[in-house]
Amino acid sequence: MCVKRVPITGGKIVLTDDEQSIRTLHLGFTISPHEECGVEEAVRIVEQQGGESVVLTLGPPEAEEQLRECLAMGADHAIHLVTDEQEWDAQATAAAIVETVRAEVPFDLLVFGNESADAGGYQVGIRVAYALGLPVVTGLKGLTVENGRVRAEQEVSGGRDVYDVQMPAVVTVLEGLNLPRYPSVPAKLRAQRKPVEQRRPTRIEPKLEKLRLVVPEGQGKQAEILGTGPEAAPRVVEVMQQIGVA
Amino acid sequence: MNVLVFVEPGDDLSRQALGFAREIGDARAVSVEGAYAPAAWAAALVDAADGADAIVAAGSVHGNEVLAHVAARLDQPFAANVTGIDGDVVTRQRWGGSLLEEARVQGSPLVLSVAPHVHAADEAEAQVDTLVAGANGSPQVVDRVEAATGGVSLADAKVVVSGGRGVGSAEGFAIIEELAGLLGGAVGCSRVVTSAGWLPHTNQVGQTGTKVSPDLYVACGISGATQHIAGCKGAKKILAINSDAEAPILASADYAVIGDLHEIVPAISAELRKARGT
Repeated sequence: MCVKRVPITGGKIVLTDDEQSIRTLHLGFTISPHEECGVEEAVRIVEQQGGESVVLTLGPPEAEEQLRECLAMGADHAIHLVTDEQEWDAQATAAAIVETVRAEVPFDLLVFGNESADAGGYQVGIRVAYALGLPVVTGLKGLTVENGRVRAEQEVSGGRDVYDVQMPAVVTVLEGLNLPRYPSVPAKLRAQRKPVEQRRPTRIEPKLEKLRLVVPEGQGKQAEILGTGPEAAPRVVEVMQQIGVA
Repeated sequence: MNVLVFVEPGDDLSRQALGFAREIGDARAVSVEGAYAPAAWAAALVDAADGADAIVAAGSVHGNEVLAHVAARLDQPFAANVTGIDGDVVTRQRWGGSLLEEARVQGSPLVLSVAPHVHAADEAEAQVDTLVAGANGSPQVVDRVEAATGGVSLADAKVVVSGGRGVGSAEGFAIIEELAGLLGGAVGCSRVVTSAGWLPHTNQVGQTGTKVSPDLYVACGISGATQHIAGCKGAKKILAINSDAEAPILASADYAVIGDLHEIVPAISAELRKARGT
Protein backbone atom coordinates (compact mmCIF):
# COMPACT_ATOMS: atom_id res chain seq x y z
CA MET A 1 0.00 0.00 0.00
CA CYS A 2 1.12 3.51 -0.80
CA VAL A 3 0.86 6.36 1.72
CA LYS A 4 1.76 10.05 1.90
CA ARG A 5 3.00 12.19 4.79
CA VAL A 6 0.77 15.25 5.30
CA PRO A 7 0.54 17.87 8.08
CA ILE A 8 -2.33 17.82 10.60
CA THR A 9 -3.62 21.25 9.68
CA GLY A 10 -5.81 22.00 12.72
CA GLY A 11 -8.07 25.02 12.60
CA LYS A 12 -6.27 27.52 10.41
CA ILE A 13 -3.86 27.14 7.50
CA VAL A 14 -0.88 29.51 7.60
CA LEU A 15 1.57 29.58 4.68
CA THR A 16 5.34 29.93 4.70
CA ASP A 17 6.67 33.32 3.52
CA ASP A 18 7.57 31.95 0.07
CA GLU A 19 3.95 30.65 -0.37
CA GLN A 20 5.30 27.23 -1.32
CA SER A 21 4.03 25.23 1.63
CA ILE A 22 2.02 25.20 4.83
CA ARG A 23 3.83 26.49 7.92
CA THR A 24 4.29 23.31 9.95
CA LEU A 25 6.55 24.45 12.79
CA HIS A 26 3.88 23.67 15.40
CA LEU A 27 2.04 20.92 13.54
CA GLY A 28 2.17 17.15 13.73
CA PHE A 29 2.13 14.90 10.69
CA THR A 30 0.09 11.88 9.67
CA ILE A 31 -0.93 9.95 6.57
CA SER A 32 -4.07 10.81 4.62
CA PRO A 33 -7.21 9.36 6.27
CA HIS A 34 -8.13 7.25 3.22
CA GLU A 35 -4.69 5.65 3.35
CA GLU A 36 -5.02 4.73 7.03
CA CYS A 37 -7.96 2.57 5.99
CA GLY A 38 -5.91 1.18 3.09
CA VAL A 39 -3.15 0.09 5.46
CA GLU A 40 -5.67 -1.44 7.89
CA GLU A 41 -7.36 -3.35 5.07
CA ALA A 42 -4.09 -4.73 3.68
CA VAL A 43 -2.97 -5.83 7.15
CA ARG A 44 -6.33 -7.58 7.74
CA ILE A 45 -6.17 -9.39 4.38
CA VAL A 46 -2.69 -10.71 5.20
CA GLU A 47 -3.76 -11.66 8.74
CA GLN A 48 -6.67 -13.69 7.35
CA GLN A 49 -5.16 -15.12 4.17
CA GLY A 50 -1.40 -15.10 4.73
CA GLY A 51 1.23 -13.39 2.61
CA GLU A 52 3.08 -10.18 3.24
CA SER A 53 2.16 -6.51 3.31
CA VAL A 54 4.59 -3.81 2.23
CA VAL A 55 4.03 -0.08 2.83
CA LEU A 56 5.60 2.41 0.43
CA THR A 57 5.93 6.17 0.60
CA LEU A 58 7.54 8.84 -1.54
CA GLY A 59 8.56 11.79 0.56
CA PRO A 60 11.22 13.62 2.57
CA PRO A 61 13.48 11.83 5.09
CA GLU A 62 10.98 12.70 7.87
CA ALA A 63 8.34 10.50 6.19
CA GLU A 64 10.02 7.51 7.84
CA GLU A 65 7.92 8.48 10.88
CA GLN A 66 4.75 7.66 8.90
CA LEU A 67 6.21 4.39 7.64
CA ARG A 68 6.91 3.38 11.26
CA GLU A 69 3.28 4.16 12.14
CA CYS A 70 2.15 1.83 9.34
CA LEU A 71 4.58 -0.85 10.50
CA ALA A 72 3.09 -0.49 14.00
CA MET A 73 -0.35 -1.07 12.48
CA GLY A 74 0.95 -4.40 11.20
CA ALA A 75 2.67 -3.88 7.86
CA ASP A 76 5.59 -6.30 7.45
CA HIS A 77 8.15 -4.04 5.87
CA ALA A 78 8.54 -0.62 4.29
CA ILE A 79 10.05 1.05 1.25
CA HIS A 80 10.95 4.73 1.43
CA LEU A 81 11.47 6.60 -1.84
CA VAL A 82 13.40 9.51 -0.36
CA THR A 83 12.98 12.96 -1.91
CA ASP A 84 14.42 16.35 -1.12
CA GLU A 85 12.23 19.35 -0.26
CA GLN A 86 10.73 19.57 -3.78
CA GLU A 87 7.14 18.55 -4.32
CA TRP A 88 6.58 15.79 -6.87
CA ASP A 89 3.57 15.98 -9.15
CA ALA A 90 1.31 12.98 -9.73
CA GLN A 91 3.05 11.82 -12.90
CA ALA A 92 6.50 11.86 -11.32
CA THR A 93 5.18 10.14 -8.20
CA ALA A 94 3.46 7.41 -10.23
CA ALA A 95 6.58 6.84 -12.35
CA ALA A 96 8.75 6.31 -9.26
CA ILE A 97 6.20 3.91 -7.74
CA VAL A 98 5.96 1.95 -11.00
CA GLU A 99 9.73 1.57 -11.17
CA THR A 100 9.81 0.30 -7.58
CA VAL A 101 6.91 -2.12 -7.99
CA ARG A 102 8.50 -3.61 -11.12
CA ALA A 103 11.68 -4.33 -9.17
CA GLU A 104 9.85 -6.15 -6.35
CA VAL A 105 8.31 -9.61 -6.17
CA PRO A 106 4.96 -9.42 -7.98
CA PHE A 107 2.17 -8.04 -5.80
CA ASP A 108 -1.38 -9.40 -5.91
CA LEU A 109 -2.93 -6.14 -4.77
CA LEU A 110 -1.74 -2.52 -4.82
CA VAL A 111 -3.71 -0.27 -2.45
CA PHE A 112 -3.84 3.53 -2.70
CA GLY A 113 -5.92 6.23 -1.06
CA ASN A 114 -8.52 7.62 -3.47
CA GLU A 115 -6.94 11.07 -3.21
CA SER A 116 -4.31 12.57 -0.94
CA ALA A 117 -5.48 14.92 1.83
CA ASP A 118 -3.22 17.75 0.64
CA ALA A 119 -2.80 17.80 -3.16
CA GLY A 120 -6.05 15.92 -3.90
CA GLY A 121 -5.13 14.86 -7.46
CA TYR A 122 -7.29 11.70 -7.71
CA GLN A 123 -4.89 9.96 -10.09
CA VAL A 124 -1.70 8.30 -8.80
CA GLY A 125 -3.25 4.83 -8.34
CA ILE A 126 -4.88 4.99 -11.77
CA ARG A 127 -1.62 6.04 -13.45
CA VAL A 128 0.26 3.18 -11.78
CA ALA A 129 -2.38 0.71 -12.97
CA TYR A 130 -2.08 1.89 -16.58
CA ALA A 131 1.71 1.72 -16.54
CA LEU A 132 1.62 -1.82 -15.15
CA GLY A 133 -1.28 -2.95 -17.36
CA LEU A 134 -3.45 -3.83 -14.34
CA PRO A 135 -7.20 -3.34 -13.77
CA VAL A 136 -8.09 -0.54 -11.32
CA VAL A 137 -11.18 0.19 -9.23
CA THR A 138 -11.41 3.41 -7.20
CA GLY A 139 -13.30 5.03 -4.33
CA LEU A 140 -13.91 1.78 -2.45
CA LYS A 141 -15.84 1.44 0.79
CA GLY A 142 -15.98 -2.35 0.61
CA LEU A 143 -13.33 -4.89 -0.38
CA THR A 144 -13.41 -8.71 -0.36
CA VAL A 145 -10.55 -10.85 -1.61
CA GLU A 146 -11.44 -14.41 -2.56
CA ASN A 147 -10.03 -17.03 -4.94
CA GLY A 148 -7.72 -14.60 -6.67
CA ARG A 149 -10.49 -12.08 -7.31
CA VAL A 150 -11.49 -8.80 -5.70
CA ARG A 151 -15.10 -7.83 -5.06
CA ALA A 152 -14.92 -4.06 -4.81
CA GLU A 153 -17.74 -1.76 -3.67
CA GLN A 154 -17.66 1.84 -4.87
CA GLU A 155 -19.96 4.31 -3.11
CA VAL A 156 -22.26 6.21 -5.47
CA SER A 157 -25.39 8.27 -4.88
CA GLY A 158 -28.06 6.01 -3.39
CA GLY A 159 -25.94 2.93 -2.88
CA ARG A 160 -22.87 1.05 -4.00
CA ASP A 161 -21.71 -0.18 -7.40
CA VAL A 162 -20.00 -3.55 -7.21
CA TYR A 163 -17.05 -4.52 -9.39
CA ASP A 164 -15.47 -7.96 -9.70
CA VAL A 165 -11.85 -8.00 -10.90
CA GLN A 166 -9.11 -10.57 -11.29
CA MET A 167 -5.91 -10.03 -9.33
CA PRO A 168 -3.29 -8.66 -9.67
CA ALA A 169 -5.18 -5.41 -9.45
CA VAL A 170 -4.95 -1.82 -8.20
CA VAL A 171 -7.57 -0.44 -5.80
CA THR A 172 -8.01 3.02 -4.31
CA VAL A 173 -9.96 3.27 -1.06
CA LEU A 174 -11.92 5.76 1.01
CA GLU A 175 -12.13 6.41 4.72
CA GLY A 176 -15.03 4.39 6.14
CA LEU A 177 -13.79 1.15 4.54
CA ASN A 178 -12.95 0.01 8.08
CA LEU A 179 -12.03 1.43 11.47
CA PRO A 180 -8.22 1.53 11.63
CA ARG A 181 -6.65 0.13 14.78
CA TYR A 182 -4.64 2.14 17.28
CA PRO A 183 -1.28 0.38 17.52
CA SER A 184 -0.36 -0.96 20.98
CA VAL A 185 2.87 0.07 22.68
CA PRO A 186 4.52 -3.35 22.00
CA ALA A 187 3.47 -3.03 18.33
CA LYS A 188 5.13 0.40 18.18
CA LEU A 189 8.31 -1.03 19.72
CA ARG A 190 8.32 -3.94 17.25
CA ALA A 191 7.85 -1.44 14.41
CA GLN A 192 11.12 0.27 15.36
CA ARG A 193 12.98 -2.96 14.51
CA LYS A 194 11.22 -3.70 11.23
CA PRO A 195 13.17 -3.00 8.03
CA VAL A 196 12.75 0.26 6.11
CA GLU A 197 14.47 0.09 2.76
CA GLN A 198 15.56 3.43 1.31
CA ARG A 199 15.87 4.33 -2.35
CA ARG A 200 16.47 7.60 -4.14
CA PRO A 201 14.34 7.87 -7.28
CA THR A 202 14.99 10.45 -10.00
CA ARG A 203 12.33 13.14 -10.37
CA ILE A 204 11.04 13.72 -13.86
CA GLU A 205 10.23 17.34 -14.69
CA PRO A 206 6.76 18.29 -13.46
CA LYS A 207 4.07 18.93 -16.06
CA LEU A 208 1.74 20.21 -13.34
CA GLU A 209 4.07 22.53 -11.50
CA LYS A 210 3.02 24.27 -8.28
CA LEU A 211 3.80 27.99 -8.51
CA ARG A 212 2.31 29.18 -5.24
CA LEU A 213 -0.35 28.47 -2.64
CA VAL A 214 -3.17 30.86 -1.74
CA VAL A 215 -5.44 30.80 1.32
CA PRO A 216 -8.92 31.39 -0.11
CA GLU A 217 -10.91 34.43 0.95
CA GLY A 218 -14.09 34.13 2.91
CA GLN A 219 -12.70 32.36 5.96
CA GLY A 220 -12.78 35.58 7.97
CA LYS A 221 -16.34 35.26 9.34
CA GLN A 222 -16.88 36.15 12.96
CA ALA A 223 -19.83 34.49 14.65
CA GLU A 224 -22.52 36.58 16.33
CA ILE A 225 -22.60 35.45 19.95
CA LEU A 226 -26.22 34.60 20.82
CA GLY A 227 -25.49 34.12 24.49
CA THR A 228 -23.78 32.03 27.12
CA GLY A 229 -25.05 28.77 28.60
CA PRO A 230 -28.60 27.34 28.53
CA GLU A 231 -30.11 30.80 29.01
CA ALA A 232 -29.33 31.43 25.33
CA ALA A 233 -31.91 28.81 24.23
CA PRO A 234 -34.84 31.22 23.56
CA ARG A 235 -32.61 33.41 21.37
CA VAL A 236 -31.37 30.30 19.49
CA VAL A 237 -34.94 29.21 18.76
CA GLU A 238 -35.74 32.73 17.56
CA VAL A 239 -32.85 32.53 15.09
CA MET A 240 -33.97 29.07 13.97
CA GLN A 241 -37.44 30.48 13.29
CA GLN A 242 -35.93 33.36 11.29
CA ILE A 243 -33.95 30.89 9.17
CA GLY A 244 -37.15 28.88 8.73
CA VAL A 245 -36.01 25.57 10.18
CA ALA A 246 -37.86 25.55 13.53
CA MET B 1 -9.96 26.72 -27.93
CA ASN B 2 -11.89 23.51 -28.68
CA VAL B 3 -13.13 21.91 -25.49
CA LEU B 4 -14.60 18.43 -25.19
CA VAL B 5 -16.83 18.21 -22.10
CA PHE B 6 -17.81 14.91 -20.52
CA VAL B 7 -21.27 15.28 -19.00
CA GLU B 8 -23.58 12.92 -17.17
CA PRO B 9 -27.28 13.43 -17.96
CA GLY B 10 -29.20 15.17 -15.18
CA ASP B 11 -26.07 16.00 -13.20
CA ASP B 12 -25.86 19.57 -11.88
CA LEU B 13 -22.07 19.44 -11.51
CA SER B 14 -21.79 18.46 -15.18
CA ARG B 15 -23.79 21.58 -16.08
CA GLN B 16 -21.35 23.65 -14.02
CA ALA B 17 -18.45 22.06 -15.91
CA LEU B 18 -20.18 22.91 -19.19
CA GLY B 19 -20.63 26.50 -17.99
CA PHE B 20 -16.90 26.70 -17.28
CA ALA B 21 -16.01 25.13 -20.64
CA ARG B 22 -18.13 27.70 -22.48
CA GLU B 23 -16.25 30.48 -20.68
CA ILE B 24 -12.90 29.22 -21.95
CA GLY B 25 -13.75 28.10 -25.49
CA ASP B 26 -16.03 26.32 -27.93
CA ALA B 27 -17.53 23.45 -26.01
CA ARG B 28 -18.80 20.14 -27.35
CA ALA B 29 -20.70 18.12 -24.76
CA VAL B 30 -20.62 14.33 -24.85
CA SER B 31 -21.96 11.57 -22.62
CA VAL B 32 -21.34 7.84 -22.76
CA GLU B 33 -24.19 5.33 -22.85
CA GLY B 34 -24.46 2.12 -20.92
CA ALA B 35 -23.29 0.88 -17.51
CA TYR B 36 -20.52 2.92 -15.91
CA ALA B 37 -17.08 1.58 -16.86
CA PRO B 38 -14.43 4.28 -16.28
CA ALA B 39 -11.57 2.82 -18.35
CA ALA B 40 -13.81 2.05 -21.34
CA TRP B 41 -15.53 5.43 -21.06
CA ALA B 42 -12.16 7.19 -20.96
CA ALA B 43 -11.11 5.34 -24.13
CA ALA B 44 -14.29 6.53 -25.88
CA LEU B 45 -13.61 10.11 -24.74
CA VAL B 46 -10.04 9.98 -26.03
CA ASP B 47 -11.31 8.79 -29.42
CA ALA B 48 -13.84 11.64 -29.49
CA ALA B 49 -11.25 14.21 -28.41
CA ASP B 50 -9.30 14.14 -31.66
CA GLY B 51 -8.22 17.74 -32.26
CA ALA B 52 -9.57 19.06 -28.94
CA ASP B 53 -7.38 21.49 -26.97
CA ALA B 54 -8.92 20.54 -23.65
CA ILE B 55 -10.94 17.71 -22.11
CA VAL B 56 -13.11 18.89 -19.21
CA ALA B 57 -15.50 17.23 -16.74
CA ALA B 58 -17.08 17.91 -13.37
CA GLY B 59 -14.95 17.49 -10.25
CA SER B 60 -17.36 14.74 -9.19
CA VAL B 61 -16.67 11.13 -8.28
CA HIS B 62 -17.16 9.98 -11.87
CA GLY B 63 -15.71 13.13 -13.48
CA ASN B 64 -12.43 12.94 -11.59
CA GLU B 65 -12.17 9.21 -12.11
CA VAL B 66 -12.84 9.25 -15.86
CA LEU B 67 -10.42 12.15 -16.41
CA ALA B 68 -7.68 10.42 -14.42
CA HIS B 69 -8.12 7.47 -16.80
CA VAL B 70 -8.02 9.84 -19.79
CA ALA B 71 -4.82 11.48 -18.53
CA ALA B 72 -3.16 8.13 -17.77
CA ARG B 73 -4.09 6.86 -21.22
CA LEU B 74 -2.69 9.98 -22.94
CA ASP B 75 0.24 10.37 -20.50
CA GLN B 76 -0.79 13.99 -19.92
CA PRO B 77 -1.06 15.90 -16.63
CA PHE B 78 -4.50 16.09 -14.98
CA ALA B 79 -5.49 19.12 -12.89
CA ALA B 80 -8.38 18.14 -10.61
CA ASN B 81 -10.90 20.57 -9.10
CA VAL B 82 -9.90 23.65 -11.04
CA THR B 83 -11.51 26.98 -10.11
CA GLY B 84 -9.98 29.11 -12.88
CA ILE B 85 -7.51 29.19 -15.74
CA ASP B 86 -5.33 31.99 -17.11
CA GLY B 87 -3.14 30.97 -20.04
CA ASP B 88 -1.20 27.90 -18.90
CA VAL B 89 -1.74 28.64 -15.20
CA VAL B 90 -4.62 26.90 -13.44
CA THR B 91 -5.96 27.63 -9.97
CA ARG B 92 -7.09 24.44 -8.26
CA GLN B 93 -8.32 23.29 -4.89
CA ARG B 94 -6.19 21.48 -2.32
CA TRP B 95 -7.26 20.19 1.08
CA GLY B 96 -10.88 19.83 -0.03
CA GLY B 97 -10.99 23.53 -0.92
CA SER B 98 -9.37 24.87 2.28
CA LEU B 99 -6.36 25.92 0.23
CA LEU B 100 -5.82 26.96 -3.40
CA GLU B 101 -2.84 26.27 -5.62
CA GLU B 102 -1.69 28.11 -8.73
CA ALA B 103 0.07 25.67 -11.02
CA ARG B 104 1.57 25.74 -14.48
CA VAL B 105 0.20 22.93 -16.58
CA GLN B 106 1.95 21.64 -19.71
CA GLY B 107 -0.67 19.46 -21.32
CA SER B 108 -1.87 18.88 -24.83
CA PRO B 109 -4.73 18.43 -24.63
CA LEU B 110 -5.34 20.02 -21.23
CA VAL B 111 -7.16 17.60 -18.94
CA LEU B 112 -9.03 19.30 -16.11
CA SER B 113 -12.01 18.83 -13.83
CA VAL B 114 -14.06 21.75 -12.55
CA ALA B 115 -14.37 22.26 -8.79
CA PRO B 116 -17.98 21.82 -7.61
CA HIS B 117 -20.12 24.87 -6.78
CA VAL B 118 -17.65 27.49 -8.04
CA HIS B 119 -19.11 28.13 -11.50
CA ALA B 120 -22.75 28.72 -12.37
CA ALA B 121 -24.50 25.83 -14.08
CA ASP B 122 -25.08 26.26 -17.80
CA GLU B 123 -28.87 26.43 -18.09
CA ALA B 124 -28.95 26.73 -21.88
CA GLU B 125 -30.28 23.69 -23.69
CA ALA B 126 -27.11 21.92 -24.69
CA GLN B 127 -26.74 19.43 -27.46
CA VAL B 128 -25.14 16.33 -26.02
CA ASP B 129 -23.64 13.73 -28.33
CA THR B 130 -23.81 10.19 -27.03
CA LEU B 131 -20.71 8.03 -27.33
CA VAL B 132 -20.68 4.25 -27.28
CA ALA B 133 -17.88 2.70 -25.25
CA GLY B 134 -16.20 -0.35 -26.68
CA ALA B 135 -15.99 -3.51 -24.57
CA ASN B 136 -12.29 -3.33 -23.79
CA GLY B 137 -12.37 -5.87 -20.98
CA SER B 138 -11.95 -3.21 -18.31
CA PRO B 139 -13.66 -3.47 -14.92
CA GLN B 140 -17.34 -2.68 -15.03
CA VAL B 141 -20.22 -2.63 -12.61
CA VAL B 142 -21.59 -6.15 -12.09
CA ASP B 143 -23.97 -5.53 -9.21
CA ARG B 144 -25.61 -2.75 -7.23
CA VAL B 145 -26.20 -2.59 -3.48
CA GLU B 146 -28.95 -0.10 -2.57
CA ALA B 147 -28.34 2.09 0.44
CA ALA B 148 -30.46 1.33 3.49
CA THR B 149 -33.38 3.74 3.49
CA GLY B 150 -35.02 5.35 6.50
CA GLY B 151 -34.08 8.47 8.37
CA VAL B 152 -32.96 11.73 6.80
CA SER B 153 -29.98 11.51 4.47
CA LEU B 154 -27.04 13.58 5.67
CA ALA B 155 -26.21 14.92 2.21
CA ASP B 156 -29.78 16.15 1.56
CA ALA B 157 -30.86 17.23 5.08
CA LYS B 158 -32.18 20.79 5.60
CA VAL B 159 -30.77 20.75 9.12
CA VAL B 160 -27.72 18.88 10.36
CA VAL B 161 -26.89 18.70 14.07
CA SER B 162 -23.31 17.53 14.53
CA GLY B 163 -21.26 16.57 17.54
CA GLY B 164 -17.51 16.52 18.05
CA ARG B 165 -14.99 15.63 20.70
CA GLY B 166 -16.88 17.82 23.19
CA VAL B 167 -19.81 15.37 23.22
CA GLY B 168 -17.53 13.06 25.19
CA SER B 169 -19.00 9.60 24.48
CA ALA B 170 -21.30 7.56 22.25
CA GLU B 171 -24.07 7.93 24.88
CA GLY B 172 -23.58 11.70 24.78
CA PHE B 173 -25.11 11.74 21.29
CA ALA B 174 -28.62 11.13 22.71
CA ILE B 175 -29.12 14.90 23.15
CA ILE B 176 -27.75 15.57 19.64
CA GLU B 177 -30.16 13.00 18.16
CA GLU B 178 -33.05 14.51 20.14
CA LEU B 179 -32.42 18.01 18.74
CA ALA B 180 -31.90 16.70 15.20
CA GLY B 181 -35.18 14.77 15.48
CA LEU B 182 -37.09 17.86 16.64
CA LEU B 183 -35.75 19.84 13.66
CA GLY B 184 -36.42 17.02 11.18
CA GLY B 185 -32.70 16.92 10.51
CA ALA B 186 -29.83 14.46 10.35
CA VAL B 187 -27.09 13.69 12.88
CA GLY B 188 -23.51 14.41 11.86
CA CYS B 189 -20.16 14.26 13.58
CA SER B 190 -16.50 15.13 13.24
CA ARG B 191 -13.67 12.74 12.40
CA VAL B 192 -12.64 12.41 16.06
CA VAL B 193 -16.03 10.83 16.78
CA THR B 194 -15.77 8.14 14.10
CA SER B 195 -12.14 7.40 14.94
CA ALA B 196 -13.23 6.81 18.56
CA GLY B 197 -16.00 4.51 17.35
CA TRP B 198 -18.82 6.62 18.89
CA LEU B 199 -20.65 6.83 15.55
CA PRO B 200 -20.13 5.08 12.19
CA HIS B 201 -18.32 6.81 9.33
CA THR B 202 -21.65 7.31 7.52
CA ASN B 203 -22.33 10.13 10.01
CA GLN B 204 -19.00 11.88 9.43
CA VAL B 205 -19.03 15.36 7.92
CA GLY B 206 -15.74 16.54 6.45
CA GLN B 207 -13.12 16.40 3.74
CA THR B 208 -13.00 12.60 3.95
CA GLY B 209 -16.63 12.20 5.02
CA THR B 210 -19.91 13.55 3.66
CA LYS B 211 -20.13 17.10 2.30
CA VAL B 212 -23.36 18.71 3.49
CA SER B 213 -25.27 21.83 2.43
CA PRO B 214 -28.20 22.32 4.84
CA ASP B 215 -30.02 25.56 5.63
CA LEU B 216 -28.66 25.27 9.18
CA TYR B 217 -25.63 23.38 10.47
CA VAL B 218 -25.34 23.10 14.25
CA ALA B 219 -21.78 22.26 15.34
CA CYS B 220 -21.75 21.06 18.97
CA GLY B 221 -18.39 20.66 20.66
CA ILE B 222 -16.54 20.80 17.32
CA SER B 223 -13.32 22.84 17.32
CA GLY B 224 -13.39 23.53 13.57
CA ALA B 225 -10.41 21.76 12.00
CA THR B 226 -10.04 22.44 8.26
CA GLN B 227 -10.83 18.74 7.68
CA HIS B 228 -14.29 19.36 9.16
CA ILE B 229 -14.95 22.81 7.67
CA ALA B 230 -14.31 21.38 4.19
CA GLY B 231 -17.43 19.26 4.72
CA CYS B 232 -19.83 21.85 6.20
CA LYS B 233 -18.88 25.14 4.55
CA GLY B 234 -21.70 24.57 2.02
CA ALA B 235 -24.26 25.23 4.81
CA LYS B 236 -26.27 28.44 4.47
CA LYS B 237 -25.90 29.18 8.20
CA ILE B 238 -23.66 27.64 10.84
CA LEU B 239 -24.40 27.75 14.58
CA ALA B 240 -21.51 26.77 16.84
CA ILE B 241 -22.07 25.60 20.39
CA ASN B 242 -18.70 25.52 22.10
CA SER B 243 -17.20 25.99 25.55
CA ASP B 244 -14.22 27.81 24.02
CA ALA B 245 -14.95 31.33 22.76
CA GLU B 246 -11.61 31.21 20.91
CA ALA B 247 -12.31 27.96 19.00
CA PRO B 248 -11.51 28.17 15.24
CA ILE B 249 -15.09 27.12 14.40
CA LEU B 250 -16.24 30.64 15.36
CA ALA B 251 -14.37 32.04 12.36
CA SER B 252 -16.51 29.85 10.08
CA ALA B 253 -19.82 30.19 11.96
CA ASP B 254 -22.62 32.75 11.67
CA TYR B 255 -23.88 32.32 15.24
CA ALA B 256 -22.41 30.95 18.44
CA VAL B 257 -23.47 30.02 21.94
CA ILE B 258 -20.64 29.77 24.45
CA GLY B 259 -20.88 27.16 27.17
CA ASP B 260 -21.38 23.47 27.95
CA LEU B 261 -23.21 21.72 25.11
CA HIS B 262 -24.56 19.15 27.60
CA GLU B 263 -26.66 21.93 29.15
CA ILE B 264 -27.28 24.08 26.06
CA VAL B 265 -28.48 21.41 23.60
CA PRO B 266 -31.23 20.02 25.90
CA ALA B 267 -32.27 23.60 26.73
CA ILE B 268 -32.74 24.34 23.01
CA SER B 269 -34.78 21.13 22.60
CA ALA B 270 -36.95 22.11 25.58
CA GLU B 271 -37.42 25.63 24.18
CA LEU B 272 -38.44 24.22 20.78
CA ARG B 273 -41.06 22.00 22.47
CA LYS B 274 -42.30 24.98 24.48
CA ALA B 275 -42.57 27.14 21.34
CA ARG B 276 -44.64 24.39 19.69
CA GLY B 277 -46.76 23.81 22.77
CA THR B 278 -45.77 20.15 23.00
